[in-house]
Amino acid sequence: MTDLAEAQAAQDAATIGPPLWLLAEVTYRCPLHCVYCYNPVDFAKHEAELSTEEWFKVLREARELGSVQCGFSGGEPMLRDDLELLVAEAHRLGYYTNLLTSGVGLNEKRIDALKEAGLDHIQLSFQDSSREMNDFLSSTRTFDLKRRVADLIKSRGYPMVMNCTIHRHNIDHIESILQLADEIEAEYVELANTQYYGWAQVNRDQLLPSREQLERAERITNEWREKHGNKMKLFFVVPDYYENRPKKCMNGWGNIFLTITPDGKALPCHTARMLPGLEFPDVRTSSVRDIWYESEGFNRYRGTGWMKEPCSSCPEKEKDYGGCRCQAYMVANDPNAADPVCDKSPFHHKIVEAVERAQIAGNPQQVKPLIYRGPKESLQLDRPF
Amino acid sequence: MTAAMTVTTASVPKIGRHFRIQWEEAQKAYVLLYPEGMVKLNQSAGEILKRCTGEANVGDITADLEKTFNAQGLQQDVINFVELALQQKWVETT
Repeated sequence: MTDLAEAQAAQDAATIGPPLWLLAEVTYRCPLHCVYCYNPVDFAKHEAELSTEEWFKVLREARELGSVQCGFSGGEPMLRDDLELLVAEAHRLGYYTNLLTSGVGLNEKRIDALKEAGLDHIQLSFQDSSREMNDFLSSTRTFDLKRRVADLIKSRGYPMVMNCTIHRHNIDHIESILQLADEIEAEYVELANTQYYGWAQVNRDQLLPSREQLERAERITNEWREKHGNKMKLFFVVPDYYENRPKKCMNGWGNIFLTITPDGKALPCHTARMLPGLEFPDVRTSSVRDIWYESEGFNRYRGTGWMKEPCSSCPEKEKDYGGCRCQAYMVANDPNAADPVCDKSPFHHKIVEAVERAQIAGNPQQVKPLIYRGPKESLQLDRPF
Repeated sequence: MTAAMTVTTASVPKIGRHFRIQWEEAQKAYVLLYPEGMVKLNQSAGEILKRCTGEANVGDITADLEKTFNAQGLQQDVINFVELALQQKWVETT
């Protein structure tokens, strides 16, 4: 029996690919208060951050398994005083290192230290193209600072991704957002429509754009592509609420992505810690190898064996792996259900209802005040999403 | 195709400014790394790109490949691939 079990484990390890993408969420602390933050709504309850040495262990063990892209994210990763040390260690181990930042805290001294440490790339977020909306959506005065940081990033020769999360309140500014990206000489632009997790789920009805808004934004993005060629590479991420089939979430559960939360939980995606009845392993007590290949948290939704109807007999099950487990939990109240974005889901009407509400400007749900991401609000709401 | 994309044996390609090539043991392949992305290279792509150092021209690279793999007539394949790589910004030429 033991031999068989071991042989089976060896075979599984051979068919499960390496965690190519390591996302190191080094802190949940953040000076911004974005209304669509994907961090867990109860983030303030998970404050015990990993130490420098513990992060070194994670970086080393994941690299041994084959991780090669490493993102330093958060919260705001610049709030970690040891970020330069973490980047230097990741660089030494052979990772391609990415910093995902709001720009706050990225001054001349630190950008030089990060360059020295071997940082390869910086993704800078903007909330909008205008000072007024940027500062309103993040509840900070950060627009001018971001512009200065963009210049600083270019002056040090970094490739830059400009990221702007798109939603009802800024989607009509797509053209000026693209102009801003062009002005700051971003190589890549991510116009990422809000995905409804974490704080974005709390504020979903206020953030979901109308179909007309969405079509216009997509058209303008395509026109920009035709006019300007591939000087900037544009990514337009469509909100899945407007689809009839779910996304292949994280490119498959436990397939290439490994997220480590600030407090050391290992997750197959940024938001999976909300799922009930699943214990995710802790990097303080488990090796990354055991986490990736052996843990219940990572094995539960790998492949198609866990599926129920309508997924299990669906000819497209290998294409999207049933979509997103978190969305299934949030909308259908069952993490084993089909992602309700799929029109085969018995809960698809809940998505349709939200989309229908979004077509009626000024409806009561839509004009509710936005709830900003903050520690006080986190403790008050006291819920995972 | 624009003039800038035309590759000859005299073109000297080097890995693009914002790309990095490295061998990945876990994947048993050369990969190209760039902001938040990765291209896993097949064997011939890897062998060509690792020779794009900004020192050798396409003629030299072809000769080296033909010698290393005891093959002949690779020139057009190399030129075609370098043209593709140029379009993708994987390489720059001087």
